[in-house]
Amino acid sequence: MGNSYKTIAFYQDKCDGCGDCVPACSMHHTGTTDPAHSRIKVAKDAEENSFGIALCRQCGQPQCVTNCPSGALSKDVSTGVVKWDKDKCVNCQLCTLACPYGGITCNALTDQVMKCNFCDGDPACVKACPRGALEVKQVASIFNAWGDLEDLVVPGLSACLGCNSEMLLRHTLRRIGPNVVVATPPGCIAGVGSVGFNAKTGLKTPVFHPLLTNTAAMLSGARRYYKRIGRDVTMLAMAGDGGTADVGFQSLSGAAERGEQMIYICVDNEGYMNTGVQRSSTTPYGAWTSTTPVGSVLRGKTRDAKPLPLLMVMHNCEYVATASTAFMEDYYEKLGKAIEAAKKGMAYIHVFSPCPTGWRFPTGKLIEVARKAVETNMIPLWEFELKEGRIRFTHPVDNPIPVQAYLSLIGKYKHLDEKQIAFIQEQTKRKIGVLKNFAREDEREQVSNAG
Amino acid sequence: MDHTKYLIVGSSHAGISALDAIRLQDKEGSITLVTQESCLPYSPTILPYVLSGQARPEKIFLRDQQSLDDLSVVFKPGTKVMALDARERQVTLQSGEKIEYEKLLLATGAAPKRPPVQGLEAVPHHVLRTLEDALTLRSKIRKERTAVVLGAGLIGLHAAENLAKGGMKVVVVEALSQVLPGYFDEEASQMIFRAFSDNGVKILLNEKASRVKGTDEETTLSLASGGSLSAGLLVVATGVQPRVEILKGSGVEVDQGILVDERMRTNVSGIWAAGDVAQARGFFESSKILNATLPNAVEQGRIAGMDMVDDPALKEYPGAVGMNTYKFFGHRAFSVGMIRAEAGCEVEKVVVPESFRYQRLVFKEDQLVGASGINSDLDPGIMYQLVRRKAYMGDVRTRFCASPLDVSRVMMTSIWR
Repeated sequence: MGNSYKTIAFYQDKCDGCGDCVPACSMHHTGTTDPAHSRIKVAKDAEENSFGIALCRQCGQPQCVTNCPSGALSKDVSTGVVKWDKDKCVNCQLCTLACPYGGITCNALTDQVMKCNFCDGDPACVKACPRGALEVKQVASIFNAWGDLEDLVVPGLSACLGCNSEMLLRHTLRRIGPNVVVATPPGCIAGVGSVGFNAKTGLKTPVFHPLLTNTAAMLSGARRYYKRIGRDVTMLAMAGDGGTADVGFQSLSGAAERGEQMIYICVDNEGYMNTGVQRSSTTPYGAWTSTTPVGSVLRGKTRDAKPLPLLMVMHNCEYVATASTAFMEDYYEKLGKAIEAAKKGMAYIHVFSPCPTGWRFPTGKLIEVARKAVETNMIPLWEFELKEGRIRFTHPVDNPIPVQAYLSLIGKYKHLDEKQIAFIQEQTKRKIGVLKNFAREDEREQVSNAG
Repeated sequence: MDHTKYLIVGSSHAGISALDAIRLQDKEGSITLVTQESCLPYSPTILPYVLSGQARPEKIFLRDQQSLDDLSVVFKPGTKVMALDARERQVTLQSGEKIEYEKLLLATGAAPKRPPVQGLEAVPHHVLRTLEDALTLRSKIRKERTAVVLGAGLIGLHAAENLAKGGMKVVVVEALSQVLPGYFDEEASQMIFRAFSDNGVKILLNEKASRVKGTDEETTLSLASGGSLSAGLLVVATGVQPRVEILKGSGVEVDQGILVDERMRTNVSGIWAAGDVAQARGFFESSKILNATLPNAVEQGRIAGMDMVDDPALKEYPGAVGMNTYKFFGHRAFSVGMIRAEAGCEVEKVVVPESFRYQRLVFKEDQLVGASGINSDLDPGIMYQLVRRKAYMGDVRTRFCASPLDVSRVMMTSIWR
């Protein structure tokens, strides 16, 4: 499996064109501030008042390398940096024709090409940027850490095309590992074949199929049994929103209150998808389902979703988090914390899981839907640790995009009128306000002072 | 008989790119890479620099034996393919041996074209296509004092410049009315022409050699316009032609080059072609064209390799865009896309003679279709992307023309994904 490496990310909306990165780069490489030596260039489109940068992206499959006739350019497989060897370079400049980013340019003073060498991992331009427009970023770093581990789900499940839940199941088990007992109550996770067909299970780990009503209760018993025989085995529930927020809620609530040791993951696709797209208590306001139809009077669901993650915080769970498959690193980190928390009590993760089949959007848009839900603040990503006593946003969105950018991607919202959209926008703002109250540090201090 | 899953004939850019693309998907399938060259893979593009001494011959190789071993590639240098039997899926080598393949990539490149000059076959002359050519020509630099170069294309001009820098008196003979007609318009070509004159290289335009005779010591050319030229050294650089000799009777369709589709497939199942030998769709033209450039060989090779392993990420070949970079006498030039402003095209040109700067943008409707420059700061790669992505230029065109460097970089930042 390939590696993921660090690169320098550029946030166009944060750049004000100050150009501080340019002399910082020149200084690092040549000891002078002459911009001619800078490997990073700032460009300004005066009319649009927007800025761009020309800078090497340290591509995974760099075309400058394949276009080089002298072998002077190469990708360092240990650091990921695209290296330039002055001795081998014949200065033909074909690399400048290959690079789509203006990342390798001709230095007019030396009459040679030059490119970013990532300053040995600590780029001067990033440190010089006063507005955070440049950032050292590692994309898909989870693959370096977890990519070689075994996929504990068999190939060839019967999930719908483009199913988010299948992806989630594979990632979750890869991270948690084989020392686990999995409970998948009726719902999509069981339906895709995790509990199997023809007496063969779909997982390479122990898995069972509880009733919708008793998932958390059965796992409580299983955990207690393993503890009794002296084995530390992780208990994992992968349940849908119906099995969690509706039918399974009383046993989950009871287990949480008793502090039962398990990881309970709610795969929230906002309805009963495998039985024909009926509403659940986490179906959001305005959504079409087969039981909240759209006609001349009804315009989708009239009530909003139950705030289940917050309810679990109120149960004093060891760990509660929300997650999204568009932010996989974030999810992996939360799983890591959940594994630890489940040794002490309940860890609850609520994963937002868009459903191409039931929500009516093309499978290719899955990750975009998941990402836009977060970027609109409709699905904020946060976590709660009991010892911290407050919510912490793991991907704060300070300037959310309008909810319409998310809603318009999805068929189940296509009937919404302006009034409904305005209502959803308003509710999103209200809900994020409530969460922010739970996230305040000063409140916690007051509480502890009082205590 | 040797059997291999993938057989790649030709070990320059197209062959190497295909090799990498195949190994990305198929870690185990056997790959055999054959080349008639007797050394490790290298790029013909490096040869002018071997001639100039800038590149040391022992350091020009694109791959070493270790990296080929790491990819489990059976590399066979000095192996010339003589014939192809497409029905039996086997090739015959010069040694008489045969190799049986499942999938074959023809990346045999191109050979120097000889112009129809009476007496040329009988006269000792140089070309610049292989490492051996470059080393032979290099060995002559200090021995000869005068040279004639036929052809003012990239190879001809590179050769002429390097010979001149080696102290020789050089005359270039070009049949057309300008140098580098494939890459620059007349005005840019005149600037390049001037740089050569200023450095003592004489270029005769609209001129042809009609007859040539000579010995190892001296060659004499009779010129079409009358008069004659004598020189110690004759270099022929009048273009290249695809190497397709082995395909006679094979059933593989050949026009000027091997005809391929958007996945570099030939008309025969199990056989692909890529690079200088292939004739594929043009980006602007509806017909299939040759495009013997390095970037094109890389791209075609990658597409062929991806198709040979059914890589689902394959994107079909969008068509050949003419492009290159060119350094001469301390100046740098580039060219991307359309050169001739055909009907419906508009040209925005900036020429600053004092600083020897030249920049030319060609638009058609709402798109950039060509860009070229001499000592221009524009990023050739970004220009190429704008052409190839058919980026919409409608609203931005005025300010793009006013400051193309900045606006193109901002566009790139905003729209590339």
